[in-house]
Amino acid sequence: MDLRSYIVARVLLMIPMIFLLLSIVFLIVRVVPGDPVLLHFEKKASEEAMAEMRRELRLDQPLHVQYFEYLAGLLRGDLGKSMAPGRDSISQHIFSAFPATLELALFSILIAVGIGILLGVRASTSYNSVQDHVIRVFGTVIYAIPVFFLGMILLLVFSIYLKWFPAGGRIKPLMEPEGLTFYFSKPAGGFVQVFTWSFPVGLISWAISLVALKRKAIKFWPKGLLISLLVLSAGWIVYAYFAWHLMFRGGLHITGLYTIDSLLDGNVVKFVEAVRYLFLPSLTLGLMLSGVFIRLTRSNMLETLRLDFVTAARARGLKESSVVYGYALRNAFLPILTMMGLQFAMLLGGAILTETTFSWPGLGRYLVDRISFRDYTAIQGAVIFFGILVAVVNLVVDILYAYLDPRIRF
Amino acid sequence: MNDDVISLPLLEVDSLTVDYRTRDGDIRAVNNLSFALEKGETLGLVGESGSGKSTLGLSIIQLVPVPGVIVNGHVRIDGVDVVRLSDEEMRAIRGKNVGFVFQDPMTSLNPVKKVGAHFIELIRTHEPNVTEAEALERAQKTLNDVGILPERINDYPHQFSGGMRQRIMIALAIALNPGVVIADEPTTALDVIVQAKILDLLKNLRDTYGMALILITHDLSIVLERCDKIIVMYAGNLVEYATGTELHSHPRHPYTQGLLQSIPNIELAEQKLEAIPGSPPNLLNPPKGCRFWLRCSEAGENCETEEPPIVEVSPGHFVRCFKEADKSERNRKR
Amino acid sequence: MPKLEIKRSFLARFIPGLASLTKRGSAGWMTIIGSGIVLSMVLMTVLGPWFSPYDPTAINVSPPPNPSPPSGDFPLGTNLLGQDMLSRILCGGSVMIQVALLSVLFCFIIGVPVGLLASYAGGMIDRISTLVMDSFYAFPGLVLAIAIAAMMGRGVVNMALSIAVVYVPSYFRMVRSQVLTIKELPYTEAARATGAKGQTVLLRYILPNVVPSIVVVATVNFADAILTAAGLTFVGLGVGIDVPDWGWDLTQGRQLLPSGSWWVITFPGIMILLLALGFTLVGEGLSELLTPRLER
Repeated sequence: MDLRSYIVARVLLMIPMIFLLLSIVFLIVRVVPGDPVLLHFEKKASEEAMAEMRRELRLDQPLHVQYFEYLAGLLRGDLGKSMAPGRDSISQHIFSAFPATLELALFSILIAVGIGILLGVRASTSYNSVQDHVIRVFGTVIYAIPVFFLGMILLLVFSIYLKWFPAGGRIKPLMEPEGLTFYFSKPAGGFVQVFTWSFPVGLISWAISLVALKRKAIKFWPKGLLISLLVLSAGWIVYAYFAWHLMFRGGLHITGLYTIDSLLDGNVVKFVEAVRYLFLPSLTLGLMLSGVFIRLTRSNMLETLRLDFVTAARARGLKESSVVYGYALRNAFLPILTMMGLQFAMLLGGAILTETTFSWPGLGRYLVDRISFRDYTAIQGAVIFFGILVAVVNLVVDILYAYLDPRIRF
Repeated sequence: MNDDVISLPLLEVDSLTVDYRTRDGDIRAVNNLSFALEKGETLGLVGESGSGKSTLGLSIIQLVPVPGVIVNGHVRIDGVDVVRLSDEEMRAIRGKNVGFVFQDPMTSLNPVKKVGAHFIELIRTHEPNVTEAEALERAQKTLNDVGILPERINDYPHQFSGGMRQRIMIALAIALNPGVVIADEPTTALDVIVQAKILDLLKNLRDTYGMALILITHDLSIVLERCDKIIVMYAGNLVEYATGTELHSHPRHPYTQGLLQSIPNIELAEQKLEAIPGSPPNLLNPPKGCRFWLRCSEAGENCETEEPPIVEVSPGHFVRCFKEADKSERNRKR
Repeated sequence: MPKLEIKRSFLARFIPGLASLTKRGSAGWMTIIGSGIVLSMVLMTVLGPWFSPYDPTAINVSPPPNPSPPSGDFPLGTNLLGQDMLSRILCGGSVMIQVALLSVLFCFIIGVPVGLLASYAGGMIDRISTLVMDSFYAFPGLVLAIAIAAMMGRGVVNMALSIAVVYVPSYFRMVRSQVLTIKELPYTEAARATGAKGQTVLLRYILPNVVPSIVVVATVNFADAILTAAGLTFVGLGVGIDVPDWGWDLTQGRQLLPSGSWWVITFPGIMILLLALGFTLVGEGLSELLTPRLER
């Protein structure tokens, strides 16, 4: 099987899994409690109010009709209406809360991978030494800490006693963008002006392509030069087009990640604030995940360092750093990567708790918030979103794994 | 060149002793072993698995696997005692002065690196001034020398067969033109026809590159005709040391004789293959006296209690056996 | 084959007592320390009610202001409701331990038979159950547990059930992979060749060899179940106010953070940490002992 048919097979396999997942969630919400509406009001509402809610949320329909409407809605990206009085669209809530979770997840993954790989490699290269034992104990203890307890301790020390970081939230209230984050709120300039602005972007992408080609080192001239020039012009034009397009449209929601948006805006003060707010939550989540990464890296590295090609590399007098990183870690990295994909589910679980601890306005807090309001349709929507997200991430990781390992051709 | 200058041997191993410090006790893998190797020579190192031959090979480049420790002795490469060198100084010698070929070519190359990258890395680590283009050119030349098409430099290791990978390993070992190449069971993992080709390749390369070669193997038959000198090892000890022809015609140690009798010979129509009875001793608790006596058909009483000395039975032919020691003792008395 | 022999000899050596474990390196010590922690926690929870100075659920046992920091009368301080933290710590483990025990039990009852039957039967049954289990497995555990717990309402059994749903797939997968290996081993084939019934082969030949791996999965799962239970409590799906529970204390402590009341969160947090750590250590130690890697 080549790579392409592997991808196709993998995607096809995912379809029944997602389908099953959707059906399970549907059943959990409709069947387990008996009647979600009754549960929502805790029997404290009038028959009319309950009937009205059932009608508005179409919970009065037969189960199979509800099921098909539910699936059809999902295909349109519609997760239904909330039980809260406004009957807001759940999809809208989720999409506006998602960037916060994404930002938190990205930064904590960075921290976790950084700590995990650094300490894991150190532990494996100093196998059975004091350093190794200390790192192992750290990994085990961090795994056993409830993530919200860790978060509260950090909060207590760094923001309440030391006052280095804010105690919660995502950004200072005044800096909160109105509605969605808009990019290019300045008056629009002409395409030519944007084109000149975008020159640095083109130049940077050109430099990157040059370096990449140089590293391959094979048949650099003239094909390489041609490719790098193409990258230069393409990067330039694409960036200029998008920039102009966005300005022309009067603004678009760019990323929703405050750190990145503020950088794109060139607003350094806002960037620093965003990082200050982001630091403790992502450190908490990153530390929690790092335990798994340390263990994974260590055990994979121990196995890889034992392999023949590592000894062979040493026998060739290669530098210890290139033996450890270029040989052992590069080969141990693929299994680590797949496990990383699987840890994404754990990351989301941790994110829910971390967001609640730090009042971080993301998906997790949305879910917890809805739980306290017994808003079952919203809970259903959030759970489905989490499930699909994890399935897609796992798929991407699997494909990436197949792509990165030159040996795997099924 | 002045031939009168006292030249040091290219490689000198002097009373080398290596222990593995395990949880259950120390295992002596190499016991007080000495030999020297000159430019252009081929040395065969023969022994069963567990005889310490691979440990000996790895200890020459200071890569005895943990928990192995060199407890005594010296290894001199071009006159430099490498046992005393720092890690960084030793690293500079590996690959540059000593090349190493491993047993299993299937697992000895980095699977995520192209063949060319292995060469670039090797050459540029030891000669930082060389550009990548030059390194690639040299790599292609070396690959050509070992019989691999230079175009395949952009392929990954898994795209080659076992025999071809071993050729690549050999090319990596000789790429920097080292004085010594150590080949640890280079053909054990390969099938018979490929074996012969690889061995011939090593011999040819030795002649063209003018290096010394150490061939470590469990198979006495493949070193007999290819090596200038042969060391037979048993349970960490050197038991016999002689030239290939001498060893073939006049094996003195009972163990060597046993090994020779177990080699099938096509020319002898009705040959009875003799296996050596018993198995190698447990090195955690080696027998007192000669380590071979339990399996030796000619063992005497002192073999059980005393360690036999090494005696020179004829010029350049050394044996560790009481039988020979007694003979030479008698000769001396006469 | 050699793996199985190691397991048998391990069991034979394990039963005589923990003493022999001291000779088995760090894995042995991990098991000893871990079981020590777990046993003392369980003991403390069982005996807690007799030793606790105050009724752990009684409010306002301490005069206001509350929460008050550790003092002579209240060595671990009091919480917002004026409850004695020491009493709550001594008795508060029961919910976590019960939930963890029950959920592991549920996992056993569901995961092991399904795994055994599916993998032994093979074919369509195997494929379908694997697909179902894989979809559960891929689902983010805490989210699934939250969804189920939110629907089922409060209570120890409901919590245990919603956690069990998350971890059943681990048991299923472990049992399945083991059975698929053991099924092909010569002695199983020999048993079948001599005419043993499928039922006999499954129960007499395969199950005993699967047990050690299940034990490892179960101990590791204890730790996860405890952390998940704490998480459920934290998002408001815990057992409730009328039972002393470390998770509940920790959750309540969050509101008191701005006032710097460190004692309200620190002690219950450390207790949960210790309990989870104990089980993690036992699990890791056991899995290392049961599947020894080759050492040079």
